[in-house]
Amino acid sequence: MSIADTYRIITVLLTLISLMSRQELIGPQGLRQDGRRANELRKIKCKPSVLSQADGSAYIEQGNTKCLAAVYGPRETRQKAQVIHNKANINVEISLAPFSMPQERKKRSKSDRRLLEIASAVKQTFEPIIMTSLFARSQIDIYLQILQFDGGTIQICINAATLALIDAGIPMQEYVCACSAGCHENHILLDLNNTEEMADTPELTVALLPKSGKFTLLQMDSRLHVDKLEPVMNLAALGCKEIYETLDETVRENVKDLFQKSSPY
Amino acid sequence: MLQSKSFLKRTKKGNAIKVVQEHYLRDDIWCSVECCTLCLQTEPVLSTSALLTKQIPRPHYIVPDTNVFMNQIDVVEHPALHDVIVMQTVYEELRHLSLPIYNRLRALINDQKKRFYVFSNEHHRDTYIQRLKDESPNDRNDRAIRSAVKWYSTHLKKINKENHIEVVLLTDDVGNRTKAQEEGLSAFSVREYVEGMTDTPELVDVLENSSNVEGDKKVPYEEGSIFSNVDGVETQVMILGRPCLNRAIQGDVVAVQLLPKSEWLRTPTAVVVEEEEEANVTADLKEDGEPKEQNDDLESEALESSQPTGKVVGIIKRNWRPYCGFISKKSVKSSATSTFAENVLVIPMDRRIPYIYIRTRQAQNLMGQRILVSIDSWPKNSTALGAAGDKSTETEVLLLEHDVPFQEFAAQVLNDLPVEGEAWKVTEVHLPGRADLRHLNICSIDPPGCTDIDDALHVRPLPNGNYEVGVHIADVTHFVKPFTSMDEEAANRGTTVYLVNKRIDMLPELLGTNLCSLRSNVDRLAFSCIWELTPEAEIVNVNFTKSVISSKASLTYEEAQMLIDDTRKQDDLTKGIRILNQLAKKLHKKRLDRGAITLASPEVRFQLDFDSQDPVDVEMKELRETNALVEEFMLLANISVAEKIFSKFPASSLLRRHPSPTPTKLKELSNAINRFNFSLEFETSKALADSLDRAVIPDNPYFNKLLRILTTRGMMQAVYFCSGTLQFQDFRHYGLAAEIYTHFTSPIRRYSDVIVHRLLHAAINSEKNYGQELVDINKMQKLCDASRNSVELHTNIFFKGKIEQDEGYVTRVLKNGFIVLVPKYGIEGIVYSSSANSTAKSPTTPQVVYNPHNNSLESVTPSGTVSINLFDKVIVQITVDEDLVGGMRQKMKMELVSPFIPGLSVSDNNLRKKEARIDDEGGNGKRMRIDD
Repeated sequence: MSIADTYRIITVLLTLISLMSRQELIGPQGLRQDGRRANELRKIKCKPSVLSQADGSAYIEQGNTKCLAAVYGPRETRQKAQVIHNKANINVEISLAPFSMPQERKKRSKSDRRLLEIASAVKQTFEPIIMTSLFARSQIDIYLQILQFDGGTIQICINAATLALIDAGIPMQEYVCACSAGCHENHILLDLNNTEEMADTPELTVALLPKSGKFTLLQMDSRLHVDKLEPVMNLAALGCKEIYETLDETVRENVKDLFQKSSPY
Repeated sequence: MLQSKSFLKRTKKGNAIKVVQEHYLRDDIWCSVECCTLCLQTEPVLSTSALLTKQIPRPHYIVPDTNVFMNQIDVVEHPALHDVIVMQTVYEELRHLSLPIYNRLRALINDQKKRFYVFSNEHHRDTYIQRLKDESPNDRNDRAIRSAVKWYSTHLKKINKENHIEVVLLTDDVGNRTKAQEEGLSAFSVREYVEGMTDTPELVDVLENSSNVEGDKKVPYEEGSIFSNVDGVETQVMILGRPCLNRAIQGDVVAVQLLPKSEWLRTPTAVVVEEEEEANVTADLKEDGEPKEQNDDLESEALESSQPTGKVVGIIKRNWRPYCGFISKKSVKSSATSTFAENVLVIPMDRRIPYIYIRTRQAQNLMGQRILVSIDSWPKNSTALGAAGDKSTETEVLLLEHDVPFQEFAAQVLNDLPVEGEAWKVTEVHLPGRADLRHLNICSIDPPGCTDIDDALHVRPLPNGNYEVGVHIADVTHFVKPFTSMDEEAANRGTTVYLVNKRIDMLPELLGTNLCSLRSNVDRLAFSCIWELTPEAEIVNVNFTKSVISSKASLTYEEAQMLIDDTRKQDDLTKGIRILNQLAKKLHKKRLDRGAITLASPEVRFQLDFDSQDPVDVEMKELRETNALVEEFMLLANISVAEKIFSKFPASSLLRRHPSPTPTKLKELSNAINRFNFSLEFETSKALADSLDRAVIPDNPYFNKLLRILTTRGMMQAVYFCSGTLQFQDFRHYGLAAEIYTHFTSPIRRYSDVIVHRLLHAAINSEKNYGQELVDINKMQKLCDASRNSVELHTNIFFKGKIEQDEGYVTRVLKNGFIVLVPKYGIEGIVYSSSANSTAKSPTTPQVVYNPHNNSLESVTPSGTVSINLFDKVIVQITVDEDLVGGMRQKMKMELVSPFIPGLSVSDNNLRKKEARIDDEGGNGKRMRIDD
C-alpha cells in the first residue's frame, strides 16, 4: 500500500468518524436506524442451485449484502503441490464485485489482504466440518462473489458456502451458520450493517454448528470488554440458530422441488 | 415490510455518492398511551391526565414540529408542558440541525415527569410516507408529521369513542397549519397555544423573550487582568479599558495582542474601580505580539517592574453562564399596574460582568428580587430567586454565581444507590478479592461533627521491630461504577463544597455519610494502603488491597490528642495512636528536610447561632498535633499511590503537581521584608522553607504567619494533570517537596480521588480494564472557589449593623490606598488614601503620597511624617456598607483609625459623621457608574 493510499484511507476514515458523531445507532425507543430492534436479523433471502455449470451453488441476501457461491468438486487437484494424500484440499476464493460498494469503485484484486483473510477464515471454518477424508487427494473449490456490500462479509460468505456445499452434495457433519453481533453503548446489536460497523462498534462474528451447539469460528478485530463477550456471543449464537432455520427450510423446499422434477409423473 | 431508502449524499470532498439503506416498517410500534387497550406496550409513557387549556378543554397530547423545538425550546422545557409526543421525524431533524437543542430534548425525554414519548413514525407501517415527486424534503417531513398526528387521533378515538384524548399539532408554519386543519386535525401556533395556558402566564414572557430580543450591553469596568501563557512562562497580562476589552466577559478564552512595551502599565497599579479586584480571566494567549520580554535580560529597572499590557483581539470561546443580578430601579419606567413589556437593566452581582438589558413584562414584580439572567446571544430567561438580603437567597446566589450544582440529587442518580438502602451490610458476597482486616485496631481521627469519614488508620508492631501501618480509605468506587448516572453526577459536581452553614455533597447522603463513611463499629468496605515502616519511618515495602474493615473508634482531633497525653491510658488503641504520632513526627521532619513548606491561609471558623444559623462569632481554625498526624499519613498514602499508578499507567495517570513559583512575585515580597533584615530565597523549596523559618520577629508572633500567607499567594495553584502530557521533571509538587503526588484519600468528597481509586484498582488487578475516565477535572478548581467565597458572605452578615475596630496588617500598598488583613476575622479589605470626594471637601488636608522607592504611602501631618509600609500594624474600623445601589450589593468597608492621618483616619468621636460620609461616598461612586 502506498503512502498516498494510506493517507486516502485515513481521510475517508476521518470523514466517516466525523459523520458518525451525529449518528445515533439506537433511538430512544430501542429501534435501530433501519427500524430493526437490537436483537433482530436483517431479512434473509436465499436460493440454492442458481448456476447450472457449478456442482453446487447458492445465492443469499442478508439485507443489502448479497453473495453468490459456487462449489466445484470434489475433483482432481490441479497442482501436484496441493495434493494432500489422506484428505481433500479445500480451496476458497472470495472476490468483491467492483460494483458492490457505491462509494468505492476501486477494483479489488483477489489477492487483497482483507479478502484473503476472510477466505482463510472460511476455509478454517469448513475444514473440520466437511468430511474431507472421504476424498483423499482431491480438491473442493468454493468460489464466493460479493455482489453487494452492506456489512457482515464473513457471515454471509459462510452461510452461502454452506448452502452451496449442501447443493453440491458434499458430505458435511452438520450445517455451519454464521452471524455477527456487536456492542454499542451497552446495547448488544445483532447482525450489524455497514453503517453500524463503521461507527467503531466492536463486531464479533460467530460460526456455529446449530445441532451440536459448537462454535467453529470466533472472529473479532477490535477490543471488547470481557464482561460483554459472553452476552455478545450468546446473541450471535441465537442469530445463527435463526439463520439455520431459514437455510434448512430452503434446503428442504429445494429437495422437495428436485424430487418432484425427477419423479416421472 | 421492507422499504429501501436511497438518497444522494455529498461527501466532504464534494463527490456525490448514492447511499442505499434498508428501512424496515413495523407493526409493533405502540402508541404508549396509558389507557390503550389495542397496543401491547409494557410501560406507557403518556398519561391519561394530560394537559387542558382554555382553548382545548379536553385532555390532549402535544405534537410540536421541528421549528418549535428549534425556536421555543425554553417553552417546551417549562414544567407546565407535559405529555408530549415527539415524532421521530422531528427528533432526527433536530439532531442534524442543532446538537445543543437535541441534547436538551434528550434530557426532556429522559425526564419521567415530563412524559415525552418518541413515536417512531418513520418505522410505523401506517404512518410511513414516501417522498412524492417534486416534493421538498421539508414538505415531506411536514406531511410525515401530519400523517402520524392523523394516525394518533384516529387511534385515540378507537380506544375510547366517547371521551377520547385529542392530539394537537404545534407549528409556527402557517402553510402546515392550514393543511393540517384541512385534514381535520387541530393545529395551533405556539403563541396561540401558550396564551391559552392561563395558569402559567409567565410562559408568555419566556416565549416573547426567546423569539424577539433587542438590547445592548454596557461594559462598565475598565480593568481586568489575564493569566496567560507566553512562551511557556505564565504571566499576567493587564487589559485596560473598555475598548481593549472588546466585549470579552469573565471566563472567556480570548486572543490577546501585547501592546508595545512603551505602553505597558507600571505596577503597583492604582485602583481604578472602587476596590481591588483580582479579575482572573483565565485566558489562553494566542501569541500575536512578539515575546520580547523573555529574551531581553538587560531591561531597565523601570520596565522590569511594568506589567505586560495588551488588548483583546478576538474571543476564542465564550464562557457564558447564568448570572445573578438585580434590576436597576432607575431603568424601570412603567407603573405598578402596567403589564407592557419593557427593557430593563440588570446589574449582575459579579462586578466583572457587564450590565445586561432584558425585556420583561414583570419588571414591577421582579424589582427588589435577585434574578438569574442568562446571556444567550442576548438575554434569554430570568427567574426570581428570592428577596435580597435573606441569607438563604444569598447563599443560593453565591452557589449559582460559582456554578455549583446545589440541587437535590435526581431520582435517576438515587436509583443507582444500593437497593438495600440504610440496611446495606457487608456480607460474604463482598469478601472475595478483599483482605479481611476487621480484627485490626483501626480508628479514624477527624474534626468534630464530621460525618463523611474518608480515612482511618492502624498500626501494629511486627516481630522484626518494624511497624505495619495501614491507611484505609472509603471504597467509594464499589458503589459508584463508571457510566452510571451517579458517576456522571459526581463528576459534574466534582467535589463536596463546604459552606459555613451547609454542605453540598458530591455523593448522595446515603453513601457519603453512611455506607462509604468509615464509621466506628460497623463493617465497611475500604481501599487499604499498608506499609512496613522501620522505627525511623523508612518505607520497607508497600501493599495496596481492597479490604473490609471495622473501625474501633472515630475520634476527634481533640479526643485523639487527649489519648496521647493521658499517660494512664495503656490500651492497644491508645498505644497505636502514640506510635503513629511518633512516626508522623519523623515523617514530618523528613519532609521538612526535603524542603516542604509550611504554608498558611487565614481560615476562619464561624460559630453559628443555633436557631437562626446566623454567625455569632468567628475564630481562626486551630491546628493540633493530631491534625498533623493524619495529614502526614495521608500525604504518604497519596505519594505511594501516585508512584504505583504511574508505574502501571505512565501515560494516563491522574496526578497533581504544584509548579515552582514565579520569581517576580516573591521578589517583591522579598524586597518588602528587607526592611526587617530578612530575605526570601526561592531557588528551591528547601531554601524558601528555611528563609521563611528565619523570618521571625519575637515581639510580633503574627509576622511569620502573615509572611507565609503572602508567600502562599505568590505561589502557583496546584493543578491536576494527566501524566502523559508532561515530562517527569515537571511532575514535582513544590509545596510538599514530593517528586510525584496525587489525590487518593478523600473519594467521598473529591471526584479526582474516585478516578485515582479506579486507576489503582486496575493497577493492582491486572484483569480489570480501564477506560478513558480521566476527563473533566477543570471544573474542580471552580468549585473550590465557592468555599472561600462563602466565608466572605458570612463575614458580611456578621458585621451587618456593627462597627468594629481591630488590629490589622498591611499586606499590599497601592498608589491610592492599601490593603489590610484583619487576622481576627481572616478578612481583607482596602483602605483608600485618596478619593476625588475627600480632597474636594477639605483642600487643606495633607496629601497622602505614594513613594515608589520603598513602596509606601507617606503623609506629612503637623506632628511629623506618617508612613504606611507593608507589614505595618494598623487599627481599622470595619463596617458593612448597606446602601450601595439600594442595598443590593453589600460590601465591607474598612477605615483607618491608627496611625492617625487627618482627613484619612476616623477616630472614635467622629464615628457618626464618618459613617455618613462613607455612605455618601460609596453611593455617589456607584451612581456615577450607572449613569455613564
